[in-house]
Amino acid sequence: MQDRLNELQEEALKKIEESTNLKELNEVRVAYLGKKGPITEVLRGMGKLSAEERPKMGALVNVVREVIAEKMEEKQNMLEDAEVLEKLASETIDVTLPGSPVRVGNHHPLTSIIEEIEDLFIGMGYEVAEGPEVEKDYYNFEALNLPKGHPARDMQDSFYITEEILLRTHTSPVQARTMEKHQGKGPIKIICPGKVYRRDNDDATHSHQFMQIEGLVIGENIRMSDLKGTLEVFAKKMFGDDREIRLRPSFFPFTEPSVEMDISCKICGGKGCSVCKKTGWIEILGAGMVHPNVLEMAGYDSKKYTGFAFGMGPERIAMLKYGVDDIRHFYTNDVRFLKQFLKQE
Amino acid sequence: MFVSYKWLQDYVDLAGITPEELAEKITKSGIEVEGVEVLNEGIEGVVIGHVLEREQHPNADKLSKCLVDIGQDAPVQIVCGAANVAQGQKVAVATVGAVLPGNFKIKRAKLRGEESNGMICSLTELGMEGKIVPKEYSEGIFVFPADVVPGTDALSVLNRDDAVLELGLTPNRSDCLSMLGVAYEVAAILGREVKLPESELHSSEENASDFIQVRVEAQNDNPLYVAKVIKNVKIGPSPLWMQTRLMSAGIRPHNNVVDITNYILLEYGQPLHAFDYDLFGSKEIVVRRANDGETIETLDDIKRTLTKEHLVITNGKDPVALAGVMGGANSEVTSETTTVLLESAYFSGAVVRKASKDQGLRSEASARFEKGIDPNRVRVSAERAAYLMAKYAGGEVLSGTVEHDSLTIEPAVVSITLNKINTVLGTEMSMEEVEDIFNRLQFKASVDGETITVTVPTRRGDIQIEEDLIEEAARLYGYDNIPKTLPIGSSTAGRLTEYQYKRRIVRRYLEGAGLYQAVTYSLTSEEKVAQYAIESRDAIRLAMPMSEDRSMLRLSIVPQLLEVLKYNGARQNDNLAVYETGAVFLSNGTEELPVEHEHVAAALTGLWHSHSWQGEKKPVDFFVVKGILEGLFDKLGLTEKVKYIQSQMDGMHPGRTADLLLNGEKIGFAGQIHPGVQKELDLKETFVFELSLKAILEAATEPLHYHAIPRFPSMTRDIALVADKQTVSGKLKEIIVEAGGTLLKEASVFDLYEGERMEQGKKSIAFSLKYADPERTLTDEEVTKVHEKVLEALKEKAGAVLRG
Repeated sequence: MQDRLNELQEEALKKIEESTNLKELNEVRVAYLGKKGPITEVLRGMGKLSAEERPKMGALVNVVREVIAEKMEEKQNMLEDAEVLEKLASETIDVTLPGSPVRVGNHHPLTSIIEEIEDLFIGMGYEVAEGPEVEKDYYNFEALNLPKGHPARDMQDSFYITEEILLRTHTSPVQARTMEKHQGKGPIKIICPGKVYRRDNDDATHSHQFMQIEGLVIGENIRMSDLKGTLEVFAKKMFGDDREIRLRPSFFPFTEPSVEMDISCKICGGKGCSVCKKTGWIEILGAGMVHPNVLEMAGYDSKKYTGFAFGMGPERIAMLKYGVDDIRHFYTNDVRFLKQFLKQE
Repeated sequence: MFVSYKWLQDYVDLAGITPEELAEKITKSGIEVEGVEVLNEGIEGVVIGHVLEREQHPNADKLSKCLVDIGQDAPVQIVCGAANVAQGQKVAVATVGAVLPGNFKIKRAKLRGEESNGMICSLTELGMEGKIVPKEYSEGIFVFPADVVPGTDALSVLNRDDAVLELGLTPNRSDCLSMLGVAYEVAAILGREVKLPESELHSSEENASDFIQVRVEAQNDNPLYVAKVIKNVKIGPSPLWMQTRLMSAGIRPHNNVVDITNYILLEYGQPLHAFDYDLFGSKEIVVRRANDGETIETLDDIKRTLTKEHLVITNGKDPVALAGVMGGANSEVTSETTTVLLESAYFSGAVVRKASKDQGLRSEASARFEKGIDPNRVRVSAERAAYLMAKYAGGEVLSGTVEHDSLTIEPAVVSITLNKINTVLGTEMSMEEVEDIFNRLQFKASVDGETITVTVPTRRGDIQIEEDLIEEAARLYGYDNIPKTLPIGSSTAGRLTEYQYKRRIVRRYLEGAGLYQAVTYSLTSEEKVAQYAIESRDAIRLAMPMSEDRSMLRLSIVPQLLEVLKYNGARQNDNLAVYETGAVFLSNGTEELPVEHEHVAAALTGLWHSHSWQGEKKPVDFFVVKGILEGLFDKLGLTEKVKYIQSQMDGMHPGRTADLLLNGEKIGFAGQIHPGVQKELDLKETFVFELSLKAILEAATEPLHYHAIPRFPSMTRDIALVADKQTVSGKLKEIIVEAGGTLLKEASVFDLYEGERMEQGKKSIAFSLKYADPERTLTDEEVTKVHEKVLEALKEKAGAVLRG
């Protein structure tokens, strides 16, 4: 009987081993462990055994059943895993196919430039001041030391609406308005971005409408060295630490002394190339110490207060920074242009 | 202003400084040198030649065969195409091996069978602009004076071995519109001396005052007028050195008398005018305002009509010159002229600017008067011009000048303390350094303790106040030497205003939603200006537009964005969504500034979503736009306050347009543009919205406050209603929300059917209603009770019943 059991165990284990799928395995289970299976049959024959031998044989039967069952489970797990793998394999996709597009838009490159400058100066304690695009001649010119008939008015031919009202030619009137609002008391630290308008024919380098961003600082001890330091912080943050700056004397009716700031040319590293017209330098902004007439007109005591102002063109900065070759691109809004500025810098 | 490096050396020693170095120094001290042009760059091998023989080319009518002495052992044969080549001329010859501008190399050649060993050159072939070449040589080769030596370098005879610095002068530095002005500037920069040009006073038996009298009626316009008379002049070419200097400054030589007036204009910055005395028409110069309608024919042969705002020089009767702008044709110096009446005057900038502007006529003279000339150079310029006319036109200068002088010249005297200079600049200059700067500028300066008092020469009319002195000190001290600091003192908090901050949120949101920001023009055409305006107000027109397309200020942004879609559509970009934030301008009458409202607008066209290989394709529709707006109002906390009502508007689809109300006030619209407009712009179905950004950013909102997350489950009941087609879902929802009370948390449409299975005029609309209580789990009975109320209200108020 014992032999028969060993034989059965051997047989069953072999069949388990040979099963290739869950169905076959189940057939083996029914065949050997089922009620009509040979092991049950062995148990039935135990009646013929002596009372001594019966429990021994019973134990042996249980051992055999357990061995088979254990092997069975092991095999089952194996077959199940294989089945899952097969299913997953059949679900393979081509990961190189394009993804479902998520719509993304972006801000205009000029907005990028303006916000970058705004944030830089906000970090230095400036506020952002805005004002009307249609201005009074007084704020656009007269309050800025440009009385009627001043030769420098030639420099910025303007779009007038009436004799006293025009489209602002720069954002400086915002400075004049802010100073007036402060009623002769400091300090003021503002940055003024916005659209401005001049009578220019649109071409690759001129636009009748463009952006400007200006800054103004008024206080009791504002020095030209502060202007120089501030502009250097700005230039290095905006264009990179490796750029040199230089200030040149210049002329604006609303500042005295006046300066223009150049940065070293990135293309040639200062050696001179066609971009910098062989000078090694690229003009980036105009600035200066606020003219005492401008301070006095706005109600400041120019003996007590000094200040500096600076102004620049976001289009020019964007053109230099990104290599844009035609100012009109900023206003035609060709999506092939706009899409190029998706990357956040 | 074009400054010849060679010429400048007449007045200041430039030893040891190249033109490029000089340019760099001038730029860094305040006058931008916009370019340095080396005049003989790219030219080699051009010598003076003597045309020994000239005969007709045997095989070509228009060519000459010349035998030219070019300073070598034997003369060479050259074929020349210029019509004016003649035997005996001294000419410029590009010899074999020479290089001309544009890397044009001269080789030995055979022209129509005749050998040619070089080329006889015109001035334009030597790189000079046609407009500065003397008229008689503008069509042919240039003929040199007879005394030049064959074989010598022609370019150096022409003074082309020179560099010209182009100064970009700001309006305050008109003193550098003269060689002497530039010399003072350069001398200050280099710390060198200025050498003044020489004049010898001639005396004659005859007095100028016997020939001419001067009477000025408009003394404010013309406080100083100086006249001289030069007899027996012989009109001819001016000396070659003078012609080349004029050409290097961009002025075309004419004849000796005219060239001398132009030479003095360049040298002193003092415009002069030479009249032909015999054509002047009287013995009295009368300076007065023109009469309205009076006419003058100027030297450019244009007859001009004047007004009483213009100043004229007359012979007592007729105008002979438009003062400070241009002389008259009637008294022009010609080759016949023998007596010259020379004018040197001080005209006010305003009167010259007015005439120049009104007549559209800018001249070298008007440019200088407009910006203000040095009153102290009026006489010396006249004297030196007369001296040069004696020297180079053989003239006899009559004794004395005839003058009108009502001008008081008061040089500016400005005092400043050393401390003020250093405080404004942030520097630590010493008084010695400051004094040295003013000495170099040749400003008279006296130091008294901490104060320096400067008497400013009249050539520098731009210096009036302390700050002007600070600038002079700073620029010659060197901006490079000013330290770098940051402002000290009370600090300010930098931040965006709430409005600016929220505007950035709106932009970011719209960009995140898939829209590109556009920036368009504020100026538009009369045709477009009134389209799609939210508020019907008058639009504003420019007084002098540059074109009709850009003549009015926009009342709305949508037309500009449609233009953007059209532009892109024409370039195969049909699927596009753009937005813009910006001002629109509403008229407030002609006295007041307009109202500027900031708007936000968007335009969407084509496919909103497309994923072709998975078969997904969704065109933009009204609800895409509405979804974007709903998200925006969620962001701004305005959802509860906004309503959409069906509306009609010009240019919009009559059935697919909504007005947006915020707290009951119209703030904008959204919808599809009219199919007719779509067709006109060649667009697919296109949807737009425009809102008052100001209204949505300034609307009051509830502060952000946390609500407990529900701990008890909610219960959902779906209802399918049959309602009249005209009954809008918003109305049904309002009824549901009102009847549902506090237990109803959400009511949303989940199905809509308007097809043929419905009874005529009816539609089926299904809502999902979610009931909940934050404190407990609701029982079925409780929900049923409320739900019944909802159904009843729907039936009663809208005739909407459950679909059977």
